[in-house]
Amino acid sequence: MNWKRLIGLLCAIMLLLSAVPVMAEEPIRIGWIGSLTGDSAVFGVNESSMIKMLVEETNAAGGILGRQVELFTYDTKGDANEAINATRRIIAQDKVCAILGPNASGQCIAIASVLEQMKVPDISTVATNPKVTLNYDEATGKFTTVKPYNFRICFTDPYQGAIAAGFAYDELNATKAAIFYDVSDDYSSGLTQFFEEIFTNKGGEIVVKEAFKSEDVEFKAQLTNILAANPDVLFLPCYYKQAALIAKQARELGIDAVLLGGDGWPSDQLFVMAKEALQGAYFVNHLDVNDPTFAELKTKFETKFNIPLDLNGFMAHDAYVTLVAAIEKAGSDDSEAIADALTEVTVQGVTGTIKLSKEDHNPIGKEGSITKIVGDGYEFVMKYGLGQ
Amino acid sequence: MSWYYIEGILIQCGYVLMVVLGLSLLTGFAGLFSFGHAGFMAIGAYVSAICTTKFGLSFLPALLLGGVVAGVVGAGLGKLTLNLKGDYFCIATLGFGEAVRLILENWEYVGGARGISGIPWETNLKSVIIACAIGTLALMALVRSRHGRSIIAIREDELAAEMSGINTFRYKMIALIISAVYAGIGGGLLAHYMTYIQPKMFQMVKSTEYTIIVIFGGLGSVTGSIIGTFILTFLPEMLRSLDNWRLVIYGLAVIVIMVIRPRGLMGGVELGDIFRLPARRRAAKLAEERIKNMNGESAGEEAQR
Repeated sequence: MNWKRLIGLLCAIMLLLSAVPVMAEEPIRIGWIGSLTGDSAVFGVNESSMIKMLVEETNAAGGILGRQVELFTYDTKGDANEAINATRRIIAQDKVCAILGPNASGQCIAIASVLEQMKVPDISTVATNPKVTLNYDEATGKFTTVKPYNFRICFTDPYQGAIAAGFAYDELNATKAAIFYDVSDDYSSGLTQFFEEIFTNKGGEIVVKEAFKSEDVEFKAQLTNILAANPDVLFLPCYYKQAALIAKQARELGIDAVLLGGDGWPSDQLFVMAKEALQGAYFVNHLDVNDPTFAELKTKFETKFNIPLDLNGFMAHDAYVTLVAAIEKAGSDDSEAIADALTEVTVQGVTGTIKLSKEDHNPIGKEGSITKIVGDGYEFVMKYGLGQ
Repeated sequence: MSWYYIEGILIQCGYVLMVVLGLSLLTGFAGLFSFGHAGFMAIGAYVSAICTTKFGLSFLPALLLGGVVAGVVGAGLGKLTLNLKGDYFCIATLGFGEAVRLILENWEYVGGARGISGIPWETNLKSVIIACAIGTLALMALVRSRHGRSIIAIREDELAAEMSGINTFRYKMIALIISAVYAGIGGGLLAHYMTYIQPKMFQMVKSTEYTIIVIFGGLGSVTGSIIGTFILTFLPEMLRSLDNWRLVIYGLAVIVIMVIRPRGLMGGVELGDIFRLPARRRAAKLAEERIKNMNGESAGEEAQR
């Protein structure tokens, strides 16, 4: 055996192998993190599947800037510390240029320091807490500066709470409102605070405010108090599971107030769990269900993955298209250039026109779609934004 | 793996280790099971975070204050519950952990369910290494001292310990307070690493995680707790590329270890003991031979007679 030739051949092969990635253009790497296991796994799976589908489509159409897109997804278990680990890994090891997700405010706030250190932008899908994009001074209780690398695609808790309160007072002509919220959930507490503020400012009255905990399934005790106060509307700022259970028990007790909810509601489970009780209920939604792009996307997604497409999937879609536009605008996969470009692009998403503000990195002038539950589906009522 | 990523996991190991060391003293040495250590951690985290964000205190005093307050609360809890025996104490701690979380959720001053944000980022690799080094050395010194032996005696047989004049209530109290202080400091480190805390982070699942680490590492072994912390913190990160399967594999790994080594990795043994083991065996063999020889000699003598 001629050892020299063999070694020579091996060297040549190794050289060739190492040369291949140089010849083919490096892919643009993007990341998604969020809960694929744990309490909110349903939302996370929806988001990651949607982004996977979109990346496949982008690559089939020739990629971004002529380069293929490579997606990395990591599970956070819905745990803030896991989110930090996943962010560190996805940035330092997988070298992504931007991150989408995670699907909860707590995790988004926790990863901000890592993003700032590594100068990589993150677009969150449904993190509605104002503190996600703004620094908050606990001592003075005021928001200070904008976080340079945190962006979001959804409207915030104050905005949504204000929309719900405004709609209840102006359009439903309600003067007496009851709030029944999840005290152990940050999203629910946020909506409650701002609904209360706006509704009382407008001249309405919060006749009763009751609380429950995420794991509760029996609400009759609090609902009895709500029944006694006889409100015009009952505001339920919670997720679909509790909303359905509460609606059912409220109707059983004889509460006939109009039910009103937020963007935690939309889910096919609502109809499975409490279709009758929820008839005629309103909720603030991010998207207009009459829009044809909505139906098209929903069919495509559901035939591909065979799971129902929730709001999170739509938000992930819009976060992705915004990111693609920003990468194209930046003309490269340089993280800082993308962060700058994110506030410069205007994109048409399924949840409306998206333009991120330079001041607070929130979408500008996004209107809520008031949606009504009628029969087996949703009915679009009106667009409702602030200032109306 | 990139260093930046590993550094993050090491910092996590650091503050987890602080809590685990404390729990190791309580569960591994004093024999009291606790499912409420996330509660002490929450107290440490919230107190230190309030100090740095609302009162502008610097990191070190805030951290220590967090530990002290957790210790004081631990003393209060001990006063009420340490007379309970076995499982009852365990259930009381479980209730305590949940109570702390519920109080925090309903308390608007600390942000309720939305927690405290904007905590300065102070916890780095250096600070956790210093904290863990001091924590480990102090714990080692304690368990080897007369007080440590008294605590171990309670674990082995509380009645016998009491009969030999050990004030069992007092020593259980000492173990609980020290354990709470460790957990409080661990919580403070966590708060200043995450820069954001909310009550959700301190659910009962966390308490059980720490208890699992202590049992996995081996009861009554400080080094076992350290090894357990590193393995069980790194393992899920190593398995990250497996997506949804990683938690299944993580769980299987824990079960397999517990089946193979029911006393945990290092049950009752310290790492140093293992290194000394050959020397000990040799010494034991030597002693045995000597006894045999002596017996042989005496047997010989008898035979001579």
